[in-house]
Amino acid sequence: MKILVAVKRVIDYNVQIRVKEDNSGVVTENVKMSTNPPDDNAIEEAVKIKESGKAKEIVAVTIGEDKAQETVRKALAVGADRGIHVKVDGLVEPLAVSKILKNIVEKEKPDLVFMGKQAIDDDCNQTGQMLSALLKWPQATFASKIEVKEKTLEVTREVDEGLETIEVNVPAIITCDLRLNEPRYASLPNIMKAKKKPLELINATDLGIDTKPRIEQIKVEEPPKRKAGIKVANVAELVNKLKNEAKVI
Amino acid sequence: MTKEVMEYDVVVVGGGPSGLSTAIKLKQLNPEINVCVLEKASEIGAHILSGNVFETKALDELIPNWKEINNPIKTKVTKEKFLFLGKNKSMSWPTWLLPKVQQNHNNYIISLANLCRWLAEQAETLGVEIFPGFPASEIIYNDDGSVKGVATQDMGIDKAGNKKDNFESGIELHAKVTVFAEGCRGHLGKQLIKKFELDKGKNPQQYGIGLKEIWEIDENQHEEGLVMHTAGWPLDNNTYGGSFMYHAENKQIFLGYVIGLDYKNPHLSPFDEFQRFKTHPAIKKYIEGGKRISYGARALIEGGIQSLPKMYMPGALLVGCDAGTLNMPKIKGSHTAMKSGMIAAETIIDHIKDNKDLSIYEDKFKKSWVHKELHEARNVKPSFSWGLILGIIFTGIDQILFRGKLPFTLKHKHADHEALMSADKMPKISYPKPDNVITFDKTSSVYLTGTNHTDNQPVHLQLKDPELPIKYNLEKYDEAAQRYCPAGVYEVQTENNIQKFVINSQNCIHCKTCDIKEPSQNINWVTPEGGGGPKYGNM
Repeated sequence: MKILVAVKRVIDYNVQIRVKEDNSGVVTENVKMSTNPPDDNAIEEAVKIKESGKAKEIVAVTIGEDKAQETVRKALAVGADRGIHVKVDGLVEPLAVSKILKNIVEKEKPDLVFMGKQAIDDDCNQTGQMLSALLKWPQATFASKIEVKEKTLEVTREVDEGLETIEVNVPAIITCDLRLNEPRYASLPNIMKAKKKPLELINATDLGIDTKPRIEQIKVEEPPKRKAGIKVANVAELVNKLKNEAKVI
Repeated sequence: MTKEVMEYDVVVVGGGPSGLSTAIKLKQLNPEINVCVLEKASEIGAHILSGNVFETKALDELIPNWKEINNPIKTKVTKEKFLFLGKNKSMSWPTWLLPKVQQNHNNYIISLANLCRWLAEQAETLGVEIFPGFPASEIIYNDDGSVKGVATQDMGIDKAGNKKDNFESGIELHAKVTVFAEGCRGHLGKQLIKKFELDKGKNPQQYGIGLKEIWEIDENQHEEGLVMHTAGWPLDNNTYGGSFMYHAENKQIFLGYVIGLDYKNPHLSPFDEFQRFKTHPAIKKYIEGGKRISYGARALIEGGIQSLPKMYMPGALLVGCDAGTLNMPKIKGSHTAMKSGMIAAETIIDHIKDNKDLSIYEDKFKKSWVHKELHEARNVKPSFSWGLILGIIFTGIDQILFRGKLPFTLKHKHADHEALMSADKMPKISYPKPDNVITFDKTSSVYLTGTNHTDNQPVHLQLKDPELPIKYNLEKYDEAAQRYCPAGVYEVQTENNIQKFVINSQNCIHCKTCDIKEPSQNINWVTPEGGGGPKYGNM
C-alpha cells in the first residue's frame, strides 16, 4: 500500500496571533511557524502503518511558499520516504488545495490519503471532504483510531454524539484527529537522513490549476475583549442575572 | 543504554551571535571542516532577547560585504537622548557629555533574534549544520578528563522520569573541540567553570536581568533611529539599573529595563519596576495609544574583565556570554560575543591543523580589540556599588577624562546571590496594580512570549533542597523567587493552612535569573525537552 500524507505550514500553536494593522490578515512576519498539529498525527499514523508492514511507501506533500518545504523535511525526518512541494505564493483556499491534491493523487496513485482534520490557521475543515468529492473516493473524517484490514479500513471517528466506527473501502481519504496517536520526535540522525531524501518541486502554475481565491476577505479583526467577571452573593442573584442580564436561561 | 554517536570536527552549543560567528568563521577558514550548531529553541532566534543597539565592528570583519546581502540591519541611530528620571520630572543630559562608549551614532537599532536568523542562513550556506530544538543537556568527557563532546536531551520522558511511548533517546556528539556558546549562565558552561576552576582568581561574576517589550506606537510619537536611555526612578540610588527605548522600523519601539541582580531588597520585583517605569510621564507619552506586542526577559552578564573566567580547557572553549564578554558601560555584548567566537574559530583551526594548545585562545583574545574594550570598561560597573550618584561621577572621571586608563581595577566583592538582605530589614515595596493599557501583570505578559513546555516532562527547575523555599526562604526573604522571576514560575500557595512552594515550570522563559539570584543557590536550571521555552519573534 502507498500512503500520501498532506501537511501544511501554519503559525505555531504557541504563538499569540496578531491582526495586521490594516486588517488585511494576521501577522506572519517574525512569527514561529510549524507543521499543523493534526498533520503530525497523520504522518505518525502513516509511519505506524508502514512499520506494521501494511504500507510500503509514504509520500509527504505540502502546498505553499518556499518555506513550506520545512514541513515536508520534518515529515521525512519522522519516516516519510519522499516529499513533494507544490509551490504557490499567497493564500490558497481549500478548493484549490483539493484540486492540487487531486492532481498529485492521479499522478502518485496512492491507496490512502491522510491529512489533519483541519488546519489551525483558517480552521476550514474542508480539504479532505472536497478531495473525497473530487476523486469520488470514500472518506473517513476525524479519525481517532484506524485499523487496516484487507482492502478496507475500520475507522473510529470523533463525532458529536461520541465515537462512530465505520468501514471504508480503499482507496480512501482519512482526516486525522489529535487523539489518533502521539507523534514521535524527529531524532537528530533522522533529520540528517531526511536532508538526503528526495523532494520534488512542482510549480502550481505548471499544473494548470486556478488557485485564485473564490472568497473575498473583507476584514480581519480581533475578537472583542472579554469583560471582567463579577462575583455574585448567592444562587438567587446568579439565576437572576443569567435570566435577566445575560438572557441565557 | 549507550547512545548513538555522531562525530564532528567542532560542535557548537548555542545558536546565538557568538556560536554562529564561531561556526561561520570556521567554515570561512576551512570549508572542509565539519561543524554543527545545537540550539535549544524551536528555531534560531526564538530564545534570543536583547536591546539591541548594534555595533557592526565584528560583523564588518566577519562578513565584510554584509551591506550587499539582504540583511536585517536597517535602522541607523540618528538621535540620542539620556534622561535622569525623578518621580515626575526628567532631566535631559547632553549627549556630548556622555562617555564615548555610550555614544551610538555609528550603530544600528536591530532585533538580535533576526540578526541571528540571518547569521544562521549565512552559516548554512557555508555548510554548517544547524539543529534547532536540540538542547545539549550533558557534557561528555574523555578518560583523561578532557571534554569529548555533548549529549542531547532524551525526548519523551514523563514527569516521573519514565519513558513515554514516543521516547527518543538523545545522542552523543563528539568533537575535536566543543564550543560552549549558551549565553549568560549557560547550564553546561556553569559546570565547566566549576569543574575546571576557570574562575579561579577572578572576581565573582555579576549579572543583571533585562526585561523587554516591543510596542507599536502612534506615528507622531515615533522617531525612527532614536535611542533613549534613562537612569534613576523608579530605582533608588543603591540599585543599579536603567532603561532603554529604541525606535526601530515599522513604528515599533523596543522598550526595556535592566536591573543589576546585586540588588539587596528581597521585596523588589524587577518585573514590577519595569511596569512602574512605564508610567513616568517622560515614557508614557510615547506608548500611550500604542499597543504592546511582545514581552520577554533574559539575564545578562555585567562582571566584565575582572569576572571573565579562563575561556579554554582541554577539548573545549567558552565564547560570548557563556564566559561573559559583555561590555557593560557600552550596554552591548553582541559585537564582543561575535568577536570572541571568531577568535575561537581561529584558535580551533590552529589547534586542529598545527596541533597548537587551546590555551592560545587566551593570547589571541588578549591581543584583540575585545580585550582592550573590556579592559577600558572594567571600572564602571563596580563603581556603581557606591550608588548611582557616585557611580556616575566616577564613571565621568574614568571614562571621559581617563578613557578607562586609570591605573587600578575596582573589584566586584560579592556574588549576586549573596546580596539579598533579610525581608524584615528592608522596606516593603507596594507596586501599583496594572491598568492593562500601559502596565500589565505577569500572566498576560508571559502569554505574549509564546512559551510552552510539554506538560508531562520532568520539572527543569530543580531544587537541591525541596524544603528550603518554605522552611527558610519564606521567612528570611519572603521567598524572593516569587518576585525575581519575571514569568511567575514560582508561587507560594496556601492550602488548608499549609504553605506550599509551587513551580510552574511551563511558564519558564529561560532567563536563568532564579539560577543566579536564589540566595542559597538552591535552584538549578537544566534544559527542558527540546523546543520548549519562549517563541520570541523579533526580540
